Amino acid sequence: MADDPLTTLWVYLAASPLLWLSLTLVCYLIALRIYRLGGESPWLNPVAIAVALLIGLLLLTDTPYQTYFDGAQFVHFLLGPATVSLAIPLYRERHRLQRLALPIVAALLAAVLTAASSAIGLGALLGASTETLISLAPKSVTAPVAMGISEKLGGLPSLTAVLVVSTGIVGAVLGTGLFRLLGIRDDAIKGFALGATSHGIGTARAFQVSPVMGAFAGLAMALSALVTALLLPPLLARFMASGG
Amino acid sequence: MAGRRAEALVLEALTLILLCQLVGEVCVLFTGLPVPGPVLGMLLLLGWLFHRRDLPELVARTADTLLSHLSLLFVPAGVGVLVHWERMRGQWAAIAAALVLGTLITLAVTALTMTAVTRLTGRGGSNHG
Repeated sequence: MADDPLTTLWVYLAASPLLWLSLTLVCYLIALRIYRLGGESPWLNPVAIAVALLIGLLLLTDTPYQTYFDGAQFVHFLLGPATVSLAIPLYRERHRLQRLALPIVAALLAAVLTAASSAIGLGALLGASTETLISLAPKSVTAPVAMGISEKLGGLPSLTAVLVVSTGIVGAVLGTGLFRLLGIRDDAIKGFALGATSHGIGTARAFQVSPVMGAFAGLAMALSALVTALLLPPLLARFMASGG
Repeated sequence: MAGRRAEALVLEALTLILLCQLVGEVCVLFTGLPVPGPVLGMLLLLGWLFHRRDLPELVARTADTLLSHLSLLFVPAGVGVLVHWERMRGQWAAIAAALVLGTLITLAVTALTMTAVTRLTGRGGSNHG
């Protein structure tokens, strides 16, 4: 039993959730620092950088994802309470919600239907398996909701989680540029599209641009989570039953 | 009320949020509703706020704290890409197209639909009273 102290320390730390919980926070803070140093460019998305750093660490230390997740699950768990918390921006924006009811309902239905059908359509066209297609379908809604939908329909919830995060990053990185290209200037509309398409990561990006954009992104994220949870399972079930 | 410490109230706000989620999860479990538990919890909290007709300061602050670090909460799920690396590499074209093109199409369709309907209904976007 002549283990050197470093090995002893590693064996001790690796067995406790504390290590990977702390490293998740440390990597995220480093990612935020990089993002700020880089002039808050959308290309330096903090989630993407933090994920890349953590994957590097896991590969270097030969740590399996399950061991990592035993620690990181405490952060992951907070997605549920954060989803509940979306009631607050919704309540705050209730007057604007009433005034813009029609454009919001139209945009919401457009977002939910386009998100699912474009993902399934493009995926199927390029030969994705049924399991992958189901996992792709709810990728525009926030992780706990998307994982719930994926699980109910026979997809892979953990794959869905990865696809949800990727969709969030893609929207956050490309969104503002696309709106400039399309000549869309209204912050309410930009925020709504970003939140409906790229959920929490899009919402975090929207808050960096302006408070109005952030509020509308939060609103869109909450509404699309709700509408997708209600509409997508029966639609997809029918679609699959028809041999699609 | 004045004698109560703010920390206790923050704890109450957090408990309220967790209880909403718990009730939501239990309802989904027993009724088989197609909605995930946290979404039902969100509706419960929203209903509670409309019933009160007022947003308690500390509930707002607690929720804002959770939401201000929203992107951090997605990091553990994102690292899961490790587990699905093989599958994703095998179907990379389909997945990349769905992720990049699908997201761009959805962003564009949503923003253009909202712009068009806002114009049709003749109401301004963000700064009308």
